[in-house]
Amino acid sequence: MSESSMPLPGRLPEAAAQGTRADALGNIVEILHDWVTTVDHKKIGILYILYSLTMLVAGGIEILLIRLQLAGPRLNVLSGEVFNRLFTMHGTTMIFFVAMPIFVGFANYLVPLMLGVRDIAFPRLNAFSFWMTAFGGLLLYYSFLGGTGLQGAGTAPDVGWFAYAPLTERAFSRGHSTDFWALALILSGFGSIGGAINFITTAFCLRCKGMTLFRMPLFVWLMVVSSVLVILAVSPLTAAQAMLLIDRYLGGHFFDTQAGGSATMWMHFFWIFGHPEVYVLIMPAFGIASEVIPVFSRKAIFGYPAMVAASVSIAFVSLSVWAHHMFTIGMSAAGNAFFALSTMIVGIPTGIKIFNWLATLWGGKIRFEVPMLFSLAFLFQFLIAGLTGIMLSVAPFNWQLHNSYFVVAHFHYVIVGAILMMVFAGFYYWYPKVTGRMLDDRLGKLHFWLFVIGFHVTFDVMHIPGILGMPRQIYTYEVDRGWGTLNFIVTIGAFIQAIAIIIFVLNLVVSLFKGKIAGPDPWDAWTLEWTTASPPHAYNFDAEPVVYSARPLWDLKHPDDPD
Amino acid sequence: MPLCRKIALASLVAMLLCGLPLIAGESQTSIFSPQSAPARSIVSISYFTLAITGLIFAVVGGLLVYVIIRFRRRDTDDGSEPPQIFGSTQIELSWTIIPVLIVTVIFLTTARVIFDVQDAPKPKSALDVTVVGHQFWWEVRYPGSQVTTANELHVPVSSASAPTPTFIKLTSADVVHSFWVPELAGKTDVIPNRINELWIAPEKAGLFEGQCAQFCGAEHALMLLRVYADTPENFAAWIHQQQQPAATPQSDAVAQGRKQFEAQACINCHAVAGTVANGRFGPDLTHLMSRDTLASGAMPNTPENLAKWIDDPDTFKRGSLMPSMHLTRTQIDQITTYLVTLK
Repeated sequence: MSESSMPLPGRLPEAAAQGTRADALGNIVEILHDWVTTVDHKKIGILYILYSLTMLVAGGIEILLIRLQLAGPRLNVLSGEVFNRLFTMHGTTMIFFVAMPIFVGFANYLVPLMLGVRDIAFPRLNAFSFWMTAFGGLLLYYSFLGGTGLQGAGTAPDVGWFAYAPLTERAFSRGHSTDFWALALILSGFGSIGGAINFITTAFCLRCKGMTLFRMPLFVWLMVVSSVLVILAVSPLTAAQAMLLIDRYLGGHFFDTQAGGSATMWMHFFWIFGHPEVYVLIMPAFGIASEVIPVFSRKAIFGYPAMVAASVSIAFVSLSVWAHHMFTIGMSAAGNAFFALSTMIVGIPTGIKIFNWLATLWGGKIRFEVPMLFSLAFLFQFLIAGLTGIMLSVAPFNWQLHNSYFVVAHFHYVIVGAILMMVFAGFYYWYPKVTGRMLDDRLGKLHFWLFVIGFHVTFDVMHIPGILGMPRQIYTYEVDRGWGTLNFIVTIGAFIQAIAIIIFVLNLVVSLFKGKIAGPDPWDAWTLEWTTASPPHAYNFDAEPVVYSARPLWDLKHPDDPD
Repeated sequence: MPLCRKIALASLVAMLLCGLPLIAGESQTSIFSPQSAPARSIVSISYFTLAITGLIFAVVGGLLVYVIIRFRRRDTDDGSEPPQIFGSTQIELSWTIIPVLIVTVIFLTTARVIFDVQDAPKPKSALDVTVVGHQFWWEVRYPGSQVTTANELHVPVSSASAPTPTFIKLTSADVVHSFWVPELAGKTDVIPNRINELWIAPEKAGLFEGQCAQFCGAEHALMLLRVYADTPENFAAWIHQQQQPAATPQSDAVAQGRKQFEAQACINCHAVAGTVANGRFGPDLTHLMSRDTLASGAMPNTPENLAKWIDDPDTFKRGSLMPSMHLTRTQIDQITTYLVTLK
């Protein structure tokens, strides 16, 4: 809908001849107005994705600066102050303004299409959610402009992304940097919760005819699970931020240890959000894997009900594992044992998922298209991330590894090696649907190989300084510790990844104009979004679809052998 | 051929995972070179966990590689779809039960080590030490012998025949810190309004390094920590030396320096036993020169560094809470002259 559907007034050729420039400007204003006021799930989805990509670039620049500072011992690329601001902003940005909204974007675009409906349940709430998230991010980044300005990184928050109290209290964090952080997360939190309500309602109340719950594509299922977790996890975070602001401005003492408050209470609040949050992010990634892997191995997903059950149980168990971030705070031995056990239990349903994907590949005819390459890399990397997770769940081992670079490497293995890999797979897989054109294959493969190599150079090596005693969030380190070479390699890897991302963005832009025309179903896939035109019309489907199985397009393509 | 590279990649990762402990054994702060009881039991369960996870990686990773190679689409493919299989209860049950068994084994082993380390009985011969975390240094107190020092913790070596483990009570004066000396024990957080306990039992004499492991503000990176394990005789001598009152000036220049020191705001934050200086916000200076480093390990403790530090702490540690007092060259020299006598 980039053009107005209204007929132009007056005589067309004359108007065109007279004022092309004014018209061009008028068109731009109209397009802009259209995008800002849109309540169409597809446009909001694209807005979410573009917004997340912008934030990815911001968070990426921050990490490159950080890696330059850490490339050798006792370097002075950044001052400690700026470094602390940058890693706080990097973490906050990547979690709240890249990873979360990018999946909300994918889901916004895809959930109605996959369910065969016109739009999401509450389109206006949807637009509201997007703008809340967007303004949350803008507020956070506005903090760069205050105080000492950009070079001293302004008044950007400098307390770490989990912002342990009482460092965030007024006594230790003067000025407004912490306020920017807390308010930005409250705002975007409302956005996330609004989005979550929308997905749950859509999946439960708005499916096309014949689409029973157990015929929904797994991506939709996993978005539902993720959304339930958002509601359960983001609420305590929002509450904690409100309490923090009460402490800071209304004389509260929740976390103000100087007045008898509790530092550990903040940890509990934060991690009761923070751990389910990991699953909020990984669920949609599982969802994408469960769409891509079957299509490119040409087989139905193995054990659909088991996949749903495993996801629901991961979500359920994930609500009782938060204190594995707190094995070192001096909990009782029984407490430590409980959280070690609950964390290890997560490994069981997670294992089931990996085995089911393996069984889906088994006996298939695997096509190595770019989305599949990313998915296969995801399987390996997620396996390793899961195993280092098991190591971290062993509480005594954790006493050593906690807050070290081993942990940093572990969660980047999850977030980059698993989640971001599936985001890329999702881009290559659905870009044709959204734009009508294929992403360039050669650039795609280049992107894949460069990124995977960069990823392993960075994060495989990063485990080692952690084992050698390097704590996270330090702006410099001593020469005699033997971390220098390793950190230098890590920095090189980070830049390789950055080059891969540049190629990716280039591919997104170039293919928009020059990509091969995709047609409605370029991958020979099976879910409903591939029945409609690419890009889909404003109302998604010309006629409301009716489905008879979990793979409606398989039924159409194989009338002799329907599911 | 992407497959070959995939295999190369997988084996590289496997090598890295298995090779980690080997590379790690050589560093001064490696968690795999334990020199004390708790760190030792952690290492044994770490190897156990590494072995199990390594095995899982080899099996599942191997299967993945096999599947990808075996079931790739061949060039001779006829374009037909492979047989569709939707699941199998038996197979799915089996790969649920095996992980359950593995988890049970790891959990039981873990629980044993947790209880062994956390609930270890405290022998009568144990030494008590209190460590208080500050933004960005460590206050160290020996309640049994009225000794106060900073940043450099001295403890006796503990042997099997005469066990003298050190039990450290940890608390914080401001924000959350974390006490971590990898070769001696796992880390324990240092939390305001809360007392945590940690024990170590160094097996040999020497210096063990570590640092704050919980982000605590601007100079978290330079909140280093040094633990000296001394032989019992050396430790007793050290305690005896630390119990002595501060050195009294032996020359006019030193007396002048002491006067200058006491006339400045230094004494609001620092203490020198037996003088008017009795501040508690900064490190105790009674035996300043018996320490090897300044500013929590930020630089070696030499008279030159000391003078520079007094002149402007920002040159070594920008976020340090010690202000520059804008003293004249003469004042700095006088104060330094006095401080270097505090052996």
